[in-house]
Amino acid sequence: MIRIKCPFCGERDHSEFTYGGDGSIKYPELDASIKEWVQAIFFRENICGMQVETWHHSSGCRMWLKVERDTLTHEIKSVEAAHDGLAKLLRRKQ
Amino acid sequence: MTRFNAWNVIKNGFLKNPKWDRQWRDPEPKKEYDIIIVGAGLHGLATAFYLAKNHNIKNVAVVEKGWLGGGNAGRNTTIIRSNYMMPGNREFYEHSLKLWENLSHELNYNVMFSQRSHVNLFHSPGARDSNARRYNTMLLHGSDAEFWSLEKLKKNIPHLNYGPNSRFPIMGAAVQKRAGTARHDAVAWGYARATDKYGIDIIQNCEVLGFNRIDSNIKSLITSKGEIKCKKVGFAVAGNTSRLWKMTGLNSLPIESHKLQAFVSEPLKPLLDQVVVFGVGGAHFYISQSDKGGMVFGGDIDWYKSYAQKGNLPIVQDVSEAAMSVMPCLGRVRLLRHWSGIMDMSMDGSFFICKTPIDNLYLNAGWNYGGFKTSPASGWYFADLIANNRPDKIIENHDLKRFEKGINIDERGAGPDPKLHG
Repeated sequence: MIRIKCPFCGERDHSEFTYGGDGSIKYPELDASIKEWVQAIFFRENICGMQVETWHHSSGCRMWLKVERDTLTHEIKSVEAAHDGLAKLLRRKQ
Repeated sequence: MTRFNAWNVIKNGFLKNPKWDRQWRDPEPKKEYDIIIVGAGLHGLATAFYLAKNHNIKNVAVVEKGWLGGGNAGRNTTIIRSNYMMPGNREFYEHSLKLWENLSHELNYNVMFSQRSHVNLFHSPGARDSNARRYNTMLLHGSDAEFWSLEKLKKNIPHLNYGPNSRFPIMGAAVQKRAGTARHDAVAWGYARATDKYGIDIIQNCEVLGFNRIDSNIKSLITSKGEIKCKKVGFAVAGNTSRLWKMTGLNSLPIESHKLQAFVSEPLKPLLDQVVVFGVGGAHFYISQSDKGGMVFGGDIDWYKSYAQKGNLPIVQDVSEAAMSVMPCLGRVRLLRHWSGIMDMSMDGSFFICKTPIDNLYLNAGWNYGGFKTSPASGWYFADLIANNRPDKIIENHDLKRFEKGINIDERGAGPDPKLHG
Protein backbone atom coordinates (compact mmCIF):
# COMPACT_ATOMS: atom_id res chain seq x y z
CA MET A 1 0.00 0.00 0.00
CA ILE A 2 1.26 3.45 -0.88
CA ARG A 3 0.46 6.13 1.72
CA ILE A 4 -0.28 9.55 0.28
CA LYS A 5 -0.19 12.69 2.44
CA CYS A 6 -3.19 14.59 1.16
CA PRO A 7 -2.64 18.29 1.97
CA PHE A 8 -6.33 18.57 2.89
CA CYS A 9 -7.06 15.27 4.70
CA GLY A 10 -3.72 14.00 5.97
CA GLU A 11 -1.99 10.69 5.30
CA ARG A 12 -4.26 8.09 3.68
CA ASP A 13 -4.04 4.71 1.88
CA HIS A 14 -3.67 4.99 -1.87
CA SER A 15 -6.83 2.92 -2.28
CA GLU A 16 -8.76 6.07 -1.37
CA PHE A 17 -7.31 7.73 -4.45
CA THR A 18 -7.74 7.32 -8.20
CA TYR A 19 -4.66 7.51 -10.34
CA GLY A 20 -4.76 10.28 -12.91
CA GLY A 21 -1.61 9.98 -14.94
CA ASP A 22 1.46 11.90 -16.02
CA GLY A 23 1.25 15.31 -14.33
CA SER A 24 3.82 16.99 -16.54
CA ILE A 25 1.55 17.11 -19.58
CA LYS A 26 0.74 20.61 -20.76
CA TYR A 27 -2.05 20.87 -23.29
CA PRO A 28 -1.25 23.13 -26.24
CA GLU A 29 -3.36 26.04 -27.43
CA LEU A 30 -6.70 25.09 -28.98
CA ASP A 31 -5.56 26.07 -32.46
CA ALA A 32 -2.23 24.25 -32.20
CA SER A 33 -1.33 21.71 -34.89
CA ILE A 34 -2.64 18.14 -34.80
CA LYS A 35 0.92 16.91 -34.20
CA GLU A 36 1.16 18.91 -30.98
CA TRP A 37 -2.21 17.66 -29.76
CA VAL A 38 -1.36 14.05 -30.63
CA GLN A 39 1.88 14.42 -28.70
CA ALA A 40 0.09 15.80 -25.63
CA ILE A 41 -2.76 13.28 -25.60
CA PHE A 42 -1.12 10.05 -26.70
CA PHE A 43 2.62 10.21 -26.02
CA ARG A 44 4.26 9.73 -22.62
CA GLU A 45 7.78 9.89 -21.25
CA ASN A 46 6.94 6.83 -19.11
CA ILE A 47 9.75 7.57 -16.68
CA CYS A 48 11.30 4.84 -14.55
CA GLY A 49 12.17 6.85 -11.46
CA MET A 50 10.86 10.09 -9.96
CA GLN A 51 7.96 11.54 -11.93
CA VAL A 52 5.23 14.10 -11.45
CA GLU A 53 1.75 12.63 -11.63
CA THR A 54 -1.84 13.45 -10.72
CA TRP A 55 -3.97 11.60 -8.20
CA HIS A 56 -7.63 12.28 -7.38
CA HIS A 57 -8.70 11.85 -3.77
CA SER A 58 -11.93 10.29 -5.01
CA SER A 59 -12.96 8.68 -1.72
CA GLY A 60 -11.85 11.66 0.34
CA CYS A 61 -11.88 15.39 -0.28
CA ARG A 62 -12.21 14.83 -4.06
CA MET A 63 -9.35 17.22 -4.74
CA TRP A 64 -6.86 16.64 -7.54
CA LEU A 65 -3.29 16.35 -6.27
CA LYS A 66 0.09 16.66 -7.89
CA VAL A 67 2.38 13.96 -6.53
CA GLU A 68 6.10 13.40 -7.07
CA ARG A 69 6.55 9.64 -6.88
CA ASP A 70 9.26 7.15 -7.80
CA THR A 71 7.74 4.67 -10.24
CA LEU A 72 10.29 1.99 -9.33
CA THR A 73 10.29 2.19 -5.51
CA HIS A 74 6.91 3.93 -5.01
CA GLU A 75 8.59 6.41 -2.65
CA ILE A 76 6.71 9.73 -2.53
CA LYS A 77 8.75 12.91 -2.48
CA SER A 78 6.05 15.57 -2.40
CA VAL A 79 2.29 16.04 -2.56
CA GLU A 80 0.49 19.27 -3.25
CA ALA A 81 -2.81 20.51 -4.64
CA ALA A 82 -2.90 20.25 -8.43
CA HIS A 83 -4.51 23.68 -8.64
CA ASP A 84 -1.61 26.16 -8.67
CA GLY A 85 -3.45 28.86 -6.74
CA LEU A 86 -4.49 26.48 -3.94
CA ALA A 87 -1.00 25.02 -3.77
CA LYS A 88 0.47 28.51 -3.39
CA LEU A 89 -2.05 29.41 -0.69
CA LEU A 90 -1.30 26.24 1.28
CA ARG A 91 2.43 26.84 0.99
CA ARG A 92 2.02 30.38 2.32
CA LYS A 93 -0.03 29.09 5.27
CA GLN A 94 2.77 26.71 6.23
CA MET B 1 20.01 -32.48 -30.68
CA THR B 2 17.86 -35.49 -29.89
CA ARG B 3 14.40 -35.19 -31.31
CA PHE B 4 11.55 -35.82 -28.94
CA ASN B 5 9.48 -38.77 -30.13
CA ALA B 6 8.02 -41.92 -28.66
CA TRP B 7 10.94 -44.07 -29.83
CA ASN B 8 13.56 -41.81 -28.22
CA VAL B 9 11.61 -41.53 -24.99
CA ILE B 10 11.26 -45.31 -24.69
CA LYS B 11 14.88 -45.99 -25.72
CA ASN B 12 16.30 -43.46 -23.27
CA GLY B 13 13.92 -44.70 -20.60
CA PHE B 14 15.41 -48.20 -20.87
CA LEU B 15 18.94 -46.79 -20.77
CA LYS B 16 18.04 -44.73 -17.66
CA ASN B 17 18.18 -41.41 -19.55
CA PRO B 18 21.92 -40.75 -19.83
CA LYS B 19 21.85 -39.41 -23.36
CA TRP B 20 19.64 -36.33 -23.51
CA ASP B 21 21.54 -33.31 -24.81
CA ARG B 22 21.40 -29.77 -23.49
CA GLN B 23 18.19 -28.22 -24.82
CA TRP B 24 19.92 -25.05 -26.00
CA ARG B 25 23.44 -23.66 -25.93
CA ASP B 26 24.64 -20.83 -23.71
CA PRO B 27 26.88 -19.01 -26.21
CA GLU B 28 29.03 -15.91 -25.88
CA PRO B 29 28.10 -13.17 -28.35
CA LYS B 30 29.81 -13.04 -31.75
CA LYS B 31 31.21 -9.71 -32.98
CA GLU B 32 28.43 -9.10 -35.49
CA TYR B 33 24.96 -10.32 -36.41
CA ASP B 34 22.54 -9.55 -39.22
CA ILE B 35 19.70 -9.08 -36.75
CA ILE B 36 19.68 -8.67 -32.98
CA ILE B 37 16.43 -9.12 -31.10
CA VAL B 38 16.44 -7.53 -27.65
CA GLY B 39 14.44 -9.57 -25.15
CA ALA B 40 14.31 -13.37 -24.92
CA GLY B 41 10.72 -13.53 -23.80
CA LEU B 42 8.11 -15.37 -25.80
CA HIS B 43 7.81 -12.64 -28.44
CA GLY B 44 11.57 -12.26 -28.93
CA LEU B 45 12.17 -16.00 -29.14
CA ALA B 46 9.21 -16.51 -31.49
CA THR B 47 10.54 -13.71 -33.71
CA ALA B 48 13.96 -15.35 -33.96
CA PHE B 49 12.32 -18.72 -34.65
CA TYR B 50 10.19 -17.38 -37.54
CA LEU B 51 13.11 -15.36 -38.93
CA ALA B 52 14.92 -18.66 -39.39
CA LYS B 53 11.94 -20.80 -40.32
CA ASN B 54 9.97 -18.47 -42.62
CA HIS B 55 12.71 -16.21 -43.94
CA ASN B 56 15.84 -18.36 -43.71
CA ILE B 57 17.73 -15.65 -41.78
CA LYS B 58 19.94 -17.40 -39.24
CA ASN B 59 22.73 -15.00 -38.36
CA VAL B 60 20.59 -13.74 -35.51
CA ALA B 61 21.08 -13.18 -31.79
CA VAL B 62 18.51 -12.79 -29.05
CA VAL B 63 19.96 -10.85 -26.11
CA GLU B 64 18.34 -11.00 -22.69
CA LYS B 65 19.24 -9.09 -19.53
CA GLY B 66 18.05 -11.87 -17.22
CA TRP B 67 17.26 -15.45 -18.06
CA LEU B 68 14.97 -16.48 -20.88
CA GLY B 69 11.33 -16.55 -19.98
CA GLY B 70 12.01 -14.77 -16.68
CA GLY B 71 9.87 -11.74 -17.39
CA ASN B 72 6.24 -11.74 -18.40
CA ALA B 73 6.60 -15.17 -20.04
CA GLY B 74 6.58 -16.55 -16.52
CA ARG B 75 4.15 -14.03 -15.06
CA ASN B 76 0.86 -14.57 -16.85
CA THR B 77 -2.31 -16.61 -16.50
CA THR B 78 -1.65 -18.57 -19.73
CA ILE B 79 -4.99 -17.84 -21.38
CA ILE B 80 -5.24 -18.15 -25.16
CA ARG B 81 -8.24 -16.83 -27.11
CA SER B 82 -9.06 -14.85 -30.22
CA ASN B 83 -12.28 -13.03 -29.31
CA TYR B 84 -11.28 -9.72 -30.86
CA MET B 85 -13.45 -7.57 -33.07
CA MET B 86 -11.56 -4.59 -34.49
CA PRO B 87 -10.13 -4.82 -38.03
CA GLY B 88 -6.50 -5.90 -37.86
CA ASN B 89 -6.85 -7.35 -34.37
CA ARG B 90 -9.36 -10.05 -35.28
CA GLU B 91 -7.28 -11.45 -38.14
CA PHE B 92 -4.09 -11.21 -36.11
CA TYR B 93 -5.40 -12.97 -33.00
CA GLU B 94 -7.14 -15.64 -35.04
CA HIS B 95 -3.89 -16.33 -36.88
CA SER B 96 -2.20 -16.64 -33.51
CA LEU B 97 -4.77 -19.19 -32.33
CA LYS B 98 -4.23 -21.20 -35.52
CA LEU B 99 -0.47 -21.20 -34.90
CA TRP B 100 -1.07 -22.39 -31.32
CA GLU B 101 -3.08 -25.32 -32.66
CA ASN B 102 0.02 -26.75 -34.33
CA LEU B 103 2.72 -25.27 -32.10
CA SER B 104 3.74 -28.43 -30.24
CA HIS B 105 4.41 -30.18 -33.56
CA GLU B 106 6.12 -27.17 -35.06
CA LEU B 107 8.51 -26.86 -32.13
CA ASN B 108 8.77 -30.61 -31.42
CA TYR B 109 8.04 -29.63 -27.82
CA ASN B 110 4.87 -30.23 -25.87
CA VAL B 111 3.54 -26.78 -24.95
CA MET B 112 0.52 -28.47 -23.36
CA PHE B 113 -1.94 -26.40 -25.38
CA SER B 114 -5.35 -27.31 -24.09
CA GLN B 115 -8.41 -26.08 -26.03
CA ARG B 116 -10.72 -26.22 -23.07
CA SER B 117 -13.12 -23.33 -23.97
CA HIS B 118 -13.08 -19.71 -22.90
CA VAL B 119 -16.34 -18.91 -21.14
CA ASN B 120 -17.15 -15.22 -20.97
CA LEU B 121 -20.01 -14.71 -18.50
CA PHE B 122 -22.54 -11.96 -19.00
CA HIS B 123 -24.87 -10.48 -16.45
CA SER B 124 -27.08 -7.96 -18.23
CA PRO B 125 -28.95 -7.60 -21.52
CA GLY B 126 -26.47 -4.89 -22.53
CA ALA B 127 -23.48 -7.17 -21.96
CA ARG B 128 -25.27 -9.97 -23.81
CA ASP B 129 -25.89 -7.76 -26.84
CA SER B 130 -22.35 -6.43 -26.98
CA ASN B 131 -21.03 -9.99 -26.68
CA ALA B 132 -23.39 -11.10 -29.44
CA ARG B 133 -21.99 -8.40 -31.69
CA ARG B 134 -18.39 -9.34 -30.89
CA TYR B 135 -18.89 -13.09 -31.23
CA ASN B 136 -20.88 -12.71 -34.46
CA THR B 137 -18.03 -10.63 -35.87
CA MET B 138 -15.69 -13.47 -34.95
CA LEU B 139 -17.91 -16.00 -36.73
CA LEU B 140 -18.02 -13.84 -39.85
CA HIS B 141 -14.25 -13.80 -39.91
CA GLY B 142 -13.80 -17.54 -39.72
CA SER B 143 -13.26 -17.98 -36.01
CA ASP B 144 -15.51 -20.04 -33.75
CA ALA B 145 -18.02 -18.68 -31.28
CA GLU B 146 -21.18 -19.78 -29.55
CA PHE B 147 -23.66 -18.63 -26.95
CA TRP B 148 -24.53 -20.73 -23.93
CA SER B 149 -27.91 -20.32 -22.29
CA LEU B 150 -28.12 -20.34 -18.52
CA GLU B 151 -29.29 -23.98 -18.62
CA LYS B 152 -26.35 -25.08 -20.71
CA LEU B 153 -23.95 -23.10 -18.58
CA LYS B 154 -25.32 -24.68 -15.39
CA LYS B 155 -24.93 -28.13 -16.92
CA ASN B 156 -21.33 -27.55 -18.00
CA ILE B 157 -20.07 -25.58 -15.00
CA PRO B 158 -22.39 -26.42 -12.11
CA HIS B 159 -20.46 -24.72 -9.33
CA LEU B 160 -20.56 -21.07 -10.38
CA ASN B 161 -22.60 -18.74 -8.23
CA TYR B 162 -26.12 -19.02 -9.69
CA GLY B 163 -27.70 -18.19 -6.36
CA PRO B 164 -30.56 -15.71 -6.00
CA ASN B 165 -28.43 -13.52 -3.76
CA SER B 166 -25.55 -12.98 -6.16
CA ARG B 167 -24.84 -9.31 -6.73
CA PHE B 168 -24.68 -9.80 -10.52
CA PRO B 169 -26.85 -12.80 -11.49
CA ILE B 170 -25.39 -14.77 -14.39
CA MET B 171 -27.53 -14.69 -17.56
CA GLY B 172 -25.44 -16.84 -19.84
CA ALA B 173 -22.06 -16.92 -21.53
CA ALA B 174 -20.30 -16.20 -24.81
CA VAL B 175 -17.96 -19.07 -25.49
CA GLN B 176 -15.01 -19.71 -27.73
CA LYS B 177 -14.38 -23.45 -27.71
CA ARG B 178 -11.04 -23.44 -29.51
CA ALA B 179 -9.62 -21.13 -26.86
CA GLY B 180 -7.85 -22.42 -23.77
CA THR B 181 -4.51 -22.44 -22.02
CA ALA B 182 -0.92 -23.59 -22.53
CA ARG B 183 2.03 -24.21 -20.25
CA HIS B 184 3.82 -20.86 -20.32
CA ASP B 185 7.33 -22.07 -19.41
CA ALA B 186 7.12 -24.85 -21.98
CA VAL B 187 6.39 -22.25 -24.66
CA ALA B 188 9.57 -20.33 -23.76
CA TRP B 189 11.63 -23.51 -23.60
CA GLY B 190 10.11 -24.89 -26.78
CA TYR B 191 10.82 -21.72 -28.75
CA ALA B 192 14.34 -21.47 -27.28
CA ARG B 193 15.14 -25.07 -28.20
CA ALA B 194 13.71 -24.80 -31.71
CA THR B 195 15.43 -21.44 -32.29
CA ASP B 196 18.77 -22.67 -31.01
CA LYS B 197 18.55 -25.60 -33.40
CA TYR B 198 18.76 -23.16 -36.32
CA GLY B 199 22.09 -21.92 -34.92
CA ILE B 200 20.61 -18.69 -33.56
CA ASP B 201 22.44 -17.46 -30.43
CA ILE B 202 20.32 -16.87 -27.34
CA ILE B 203 22.54 -14.79 -25.07
CA GLN B 204 21.31 -14.59 -21.50
CA ASN B 205 22.58 -12.24 -18.77
CA CYS B 206 23.43 -9.75 -21.50
CA GLU B 207 21.88 -6.40 -20.66
CA VAL B 208 21.70 -3.66 -23.27
CA LEU B 209 23.34 -0.55 -21.82
CA GLY B 210 23.31 1.72 -24.83
CA PHE B 211 23.38 2.08 -28.58
CA ASN B 212 25.98 3.30 -31.00
CA ARG B 213 23.78 5.31 -33.34
CA ILE B 214 25.00 7.23 -36.35
CA ASP B 215 22.31 9.44 -37.89
CA SER B 216 19.33 7.22 -38.50
CA ASN B 217 21.12 3.91 -38.10
CA ILE B 218 22.05 1.80 -35.12
CA LYS B 219 25.53 0.45 -35.78
CA SER B 220 26.01 -1.57 -32.63
CA LEU B 221 24.63 -2.42 -29.20
CA ILE B 222 26.66 -1.73 -26.07
CA THR B 223 25.90 -4.60 -23.74
CA SER B 224 27.17 -5.99 -20.45
CA LYS B 225 28.98 -8.58 -22.58
CA GLY B 226 30.66 -6.00 -24.82
CA GLU B 227 29.84 -4.27 -28.08
CA ILE B 228 27.87 -6.27 -30.65
CA LYS B 229 27.54 -4.97 -34.22
CA CYS B 230 24.32 -5.46 -36.11
CA LYS B 231 22.54 -4.62 -39.34
CA LYS B 232 19.04 -4.55 -37.87
CA VAL B 233 17.63 -4.39 -34.33
CA GLY B 234 14.24 -5.49 -33.04
CA PHE B 235 12.83 -4.60 -29.62
CA ALA B 236 10.58 -7.12 -27.88
CA VAL B 237 10.90 -6.00 -24.28
CA ALA B 238 7.35 -5.28 -23.16
CA GLY B 239 7.30 -3.46 -19.84
CA ASN B 240 10.66 -1.82 -20.44
CA THR B 241 10.07 -0.56 -23.97
CA SER B 242 10.20 3.11 -22.99
CA ARG B 243 13.53 2.71 -21.19
CA LEU B 244 15.19 1.04 -24.16
CA TRP B 245 13.54 3.49 -26.55
CA LYS B 246 15.14 6.43 -24.74
CA MET B 247 18.56 4.77 -24.86
CA THR B 248 18.41 5.06 -28.65
CA GLY B 249 17.90 8.82 -28.34
CA LEU B 250 14.20 8.80 -29.22
CA ASN B 251 11.64 10.60 -27.07
CA SER B 252 8.27 9.35 -25.98
CA LEU B 253 5.92 6.49 -26.82
CA PRO B 254 2.15 5.99 -26.56
CA ILE B 255 2.85 3.56 -23.72
CA GLU B 256 2.75 3.55 -19.92
CA SER B 257 4.21 0.74 -17.80
CA HIS B 258 1.74 -0.74 -15.33
CA LYS B 259 1.88 -3.86 -13.24
CA LEU B 260 -0.49 -6.79 -13.31
CA GLN B 261 -0.74 -9.44 -10.64
CA ALA B 262 -1.57 -13.10 -11.06
CA PHE B 263 -2.35 -15.72 -8.47
CA VAL B 264 -2.19 -19.47 -8.02
CA SER B 265 -3.85 -21.48 -5.27
CA GLU B 266 -2.79 -24.72 -3.63
CA PRO B 267 -3.40 -27.72 -5.94
CA LEU B 268 -6.93 -29.09 -5.93
CA LYS B 269 -8.59 -32.13 -7.50
CA PRO B 270 -10.13 -31.40 -10.92
CA LEU B 271 -12.64 -28.62 -10.38
CA LEU B 272 -12.82 -26.40 -13.44
CA ASP B 273 -12.56 -27.66 -17.03
CA GLN B 274 -12.77 -24.27 -18.75
CA VAL B 275 -11.37 -20.77 -18.59
CA VAL B 276 -14.04 -18.64 -16.92
CA VAL B 277 -14.10 -14.87 -17.23
CA PHE B 278 -16.19 -12.45 -15.22
CA GLY B 279 -16.34 -8.74 -15.92
CA VAL B 280 -18.87 -6.28 -14.59
CA GLY B 281 -18.26 -2.59 -14.20
CA GLY B 282 -15.14 -2.21 -12.07
CA ALA B 283 -14.67 -5.94 -11.43
CA HIS B 284 -12.59 -8.15 -13.65
CA PHE B 285 -11.68 -11.76 -12.98
CA TYR B 286 -10.45 -14.75 -14.97
CA ILE B 287 -9.71 -18.25 -13.73
CA SER B 288 -8.61 -21.64 -14.96
CA GLN B 289 -7.10 -24.72 -13.38
CA SER B 290 -3.55 -25.79 -14.20
CA ASP B 291 -2.64 -29.40 -14.92
CA LYS B 292 -1.01 -29.54 -11.49
CA GLY B 293 -4.36 -28.61 -9.96
CA GLY B 294 -3.64 -25.03 -8.91
CA MET B 295 -6.36 -22.48 -9.61
CA VAL B 296 -4.66 -19.83 -11.76
CA PHE B 297 -6.43 -16.49 -11.70
CA GLY B 298 -6.07 -12.76 -12.03
CA GLY B 299 -7.93 -9.49 -12.34
CA ASP B 300 -7.20 -5.87 -13.11
CA ILE B 301 -3.88 -4.05 -13.18
CA ASP B 302 -2.74 -2.16 -10.09
CA TRP B 303 -4.22 1.15 -11.34
CA TYR B 304 -1.08 3.26 -11.09
CA LYS B 305 2.01 3.40 -13.23
CA SER B 306 4.88 1.32 -11.92
CA TYR B 307 8.09 -0.46 -12.86
CA ALA B 308 8.18 -2.46 -9.60
CA GLN B 309 7.63 -6.15 -10.21
CA LYS B 310 5.64 -6.47 -7.04
CA GLY B 311 1.92 -6.09 -6.56
CA ASN B 312 -0.15 -4.26 -3.99
CA LEU B 313 -2.61 -5.68 -1.48
CA PRO B 314 -5.82 -3.80 -2.43
CA ILE B 315 -5.81 -5.71 -5.73
CA VAL B 316 -5.33 -9.00 -3.86
CA GLN B 317 -8.50 -8.10 -1.99
CA ASP B 318 -10.39 -7.02 -5.13
CA VAL B 319 -9.49 -10.22 -6.97
CA SER B 320 -10.37 -12.40 -3.97
CA GLU B 321 -13.74 -10.68 -3.71
CA ALA B 322 -14.40 -11.30 -7.40
CA ALA B 323 -13.34 -14.94 -6.96
CA MET B 324 -15.80 -15.34 -4.10
CA SER B 325 -18.64 -13.76 -6.04
CA VAL B 326 -18.14 -16.04 -9.07
CA MET B 327 -17.00 -19.28 -7.43
CA PRO B 328 -17.92 -19.23 -3.72
CA CYS B 329 -16.61 -22.81 -3.42
CA LEU B 330 -13.09 -21.32 -3.47
CA GLY B 331 -13.69 -19.66 -0.11
CA ARG B 332 -11.43 -21.88 1.95
CA VAL B 333 -8.80 -22.52 -0.70
CA ARG B 334 -5.42 -21.12 0.26
CA LEU B 335 -3.37 -18.89 -1.97
CA LEU B 336 -0.03 -20.48 -2.81
CA ARG B 337 1.78 -17.73 -4.69
CA HIS B 338 1.14 -14.42 -6.34
CA TRP B 339 3.39 -12.36 -8.52
CA SER B 340 3.43 -9.29 -10.70
CA GLY B 341 4.75 -8.35 -14.12
CA ILE B 342 5.20 -5.04 -15.94
CA MET B 343 2.88 -4.44 -18.87
CA ASP B 344 3.20 -2.02 -21.74
CA MET B 345 -0.22 -0.41 -21.50
CA SER B 346 -0.80 1.39 -24.77
CA MET B 347 -3.01 4.41 -25.37
CA ASP B 348 -5.73 2.51 -27.22
CA GLY B 349 -5.21 -0.97 -25.82
CA SER B 350 -3.68 -2.35 -29.01
CA PHE B 351 -0.15 -3.36 -29.83
CA PHE B 352 2.64 -2.00 -32.04
CA ILE B 353 4.56 -4.07 -34.58
CA CYS B 354 6.09 -1.37 -36.71
CA LYS B 355 9.00 0.55 -38.15
CA THR B 356 10.43 3.43 -36.13
CA PRO B 357 12.06 6.80 -36.82
CA ILE B 358 15.39 4.93 -36.85
CA ASP B 359 15.85 3.15 -40.20
CA ASN B 360 17.11 -0.20 -38.92
CA LEU B 361 15.15 -0.35 -35.66
CA TYR B 362 11.85 -2.26 -35.43
CA LEU B 363 9.41 -2.13 -32.57
CA ASN B 364 7.28 -4.88 -31.02
CA ALA B 365 5.51 -3.46 -27.97
CA GLY B 366 2.30 -2.32 -26.30
CA TRP B 367 0.73 -5.72 -25.57
CA ASN B 368 -1.25 -4.47 -22.57
CA TYR B 369 -2.08 -7.59 -20.65
CA GLY B 370 -2.84 -9.84 -23.57
CA GLY B 371 0.64 -10.66 -24.79
CA PHE B 372 0.92 -14.34 -23.93
CA LYS B 373 -1.65 -15.61 -26.40
CA THR B 374 -0.21 -13.58 -29.24
CA SER B 375 3.35 -14.85 -28.93
CA PRO B 376 3.30 -17.01 -32.09
CA ALA B 377 1.62 -14.40 -34.32
CA SER B 378 3.70 -11.61 -32.80
CA GLY B 379 6.87 -13.49 -33.71
CA TRP B 380 5.45 -14.35 -37.13
CA TYR B 381 4.58 -10.77 -38.15
CA PHE B 382 7.55 -9.14 -36.44
CA ALA B 383 9.92 -11.50 -38.27
CA ASP B 384 8.07 -10.68 -41.50
CA LEU B 385 8.42 -6.94 -40.84
CA ILE B 386 12.15 -7.15 -40.06
CA ALA B 387 12.94 -9.47 -42.97
CA ASN B 388 10.97 -7.54 -45.60
CA ASN B 389 11.20 -4.05 -44.14
CA ARG B 390 7.45 -3.48 -44.55
CA PRO B 391 4.49 -4.45 -42.38
CA ASP B 392 2.07 -7.14 -43.49
CA LYS B 393 -1.34 -5.78 -44.57
CA ILE B 394 -3.02 -7.19 -41.46
CA ILE B 395 -0.92 -5.08 -39.11
CA GLU B 396 -0.34 -2.02 -41.28
CA ASN B 397 -2.28 0.18 -38.83
CA HIS B 398 -0.53 -1.17 -35.74
CA ASP B 399 2.10 1.56 -35.93
CA LEU B 400 3.05 4.64 -33.92
CA LYS B 401 1.38 6.96 -36.42
CA ARG B 402 -2.14 5.60 -36.04
CA PHE B 403 -3.08 8.24 -33.44
CA GLU B 404 -2.08 11.01 -35.80
CA LYS B 405 -4.20 9.41 -38.52
CA GLY B 406 -7.16 8.97 -36.18
CA ILE B 407 -7.11 5.17 -36.50
CA ASN B 408 -7.21 4.22 -32.83
CA ILE B 409 -7.69 0.46 -32.44
CA ASP B 410 -9.62 0.61 -29.19
CA GLU B 411 -11.41 -2.72 -28.52
CA ARG B 412 -12.87 -1.47 -25.27
CA GLY B 413 -13.70 2.05 -26.35
CA ALA B 414 -12.00 3.31 -23.21
CA GLY B 415 -10.20 6.31 -24.71
CA PRO B 416 -6.60 7.46 -24.38
CA ASP B 417 -5.96 6.34 -20.80
CA PRO B 418 -3.57 3.37 -20.62
CA LYS B 419 -4.78 2.06 -17.27
CA LEU B 420 -8.30 1.50 -18.60
CA HIS B 421 -7.38 -0.98 -21.34
CA GLY B 422 -7.29 -4.65 -20.55
